[in-house]
Amino acid sequence: MQLKTKIDAEDGRQELRISRKFELPLELLFKAYTEPEILEQWMGTKVLKLENEKYGSWQFETTDPRGNKHRFSGVIHEFVPDRQIIRTFEMVGTGFGVQLEFLEFESITEETSRLDMHIVYRSAELRDQYLKIGMPRGLSMAHDRLQEAAEKYK
Amino acid sequence: MELRRDVFQAIADPTRRAIITLVALQAMTPSAIAENFDSSRQTISKHIQILRECELLEQEQNGREIYYQLNPHKMKEIADFIEPFRKLWDDRFNKLEAIMKNYQPGTPKD
Repeated sequence: MQLKTKIDAEDGRQELRISRKFELPLELLFKAYTEPEILEQWMGTKVLKLENEKYGSWQFETTDPRGNKHRFSGVIHEFVPDRQIIRTFEMVGTGFGVQLEFLEFESITEETSRLDMHIVYRSAELRDQYLKIGMPRGLSMAHDRLQEAAEKYK
Repeated sequence: MELRRDVFQAIADPTRRAIITLVALQAMTPSAIAENFDSSRQTISKHIQILRECELLEQEQNGREIYYQLNPHKMKEIADFIEPFRKLWDDRFNKLEAIMKNYQPGTPKD
């Protein structure tokens, strides 16, 4: 299993870095973040609002397999086309609080580009909780058992 | 059926998770594993095969018997919660890449 995405999450820190190289020109990569119809496709979410500008705000909504709706929202602090988005992110009503996201878009060649995400959480504990809910449904239970089993091999 | 070597898909199946939990306690023969399930031997051996393909189970020959045990290295890889998170983002980004590769600009909006 070869994953192209790099995650850097040092123990005990309240931040996280995600980086990925794309076989796409920079403009197309950036477009995937700013065009609601495109964003909906790859994020698997509904875009209720997306104001691509400084002091704009955004709001997404997803529907889980049981039909429950979940809202995500935030404000855009900085918006530099083809270069940078700084925004906040919050899962509404979950108690996870707000996180600050720095998205840096960079051209490597004419046909390739890179995205670096730097996410800052309010605390290291919240960061770890957030990482865990990123797991697909059904997997987290298996994961708990696996972790128990893995303890034996440490 | 398509062969899946993706370790996360492998453990998304409840029977396979149950097999892992069993074998985590001790190395077991295929028949000893199968005794724990209502499914046919064949079904169970298919599950074992998939777990072997993604290297979660290791095979060990002991006399005439084959024993299966957990691969601690692979286990640690999944037990580390960063990996499922990384996989989630990687899937997402792969999708983004695939969509944009086929992107045909329509009427410009801005």
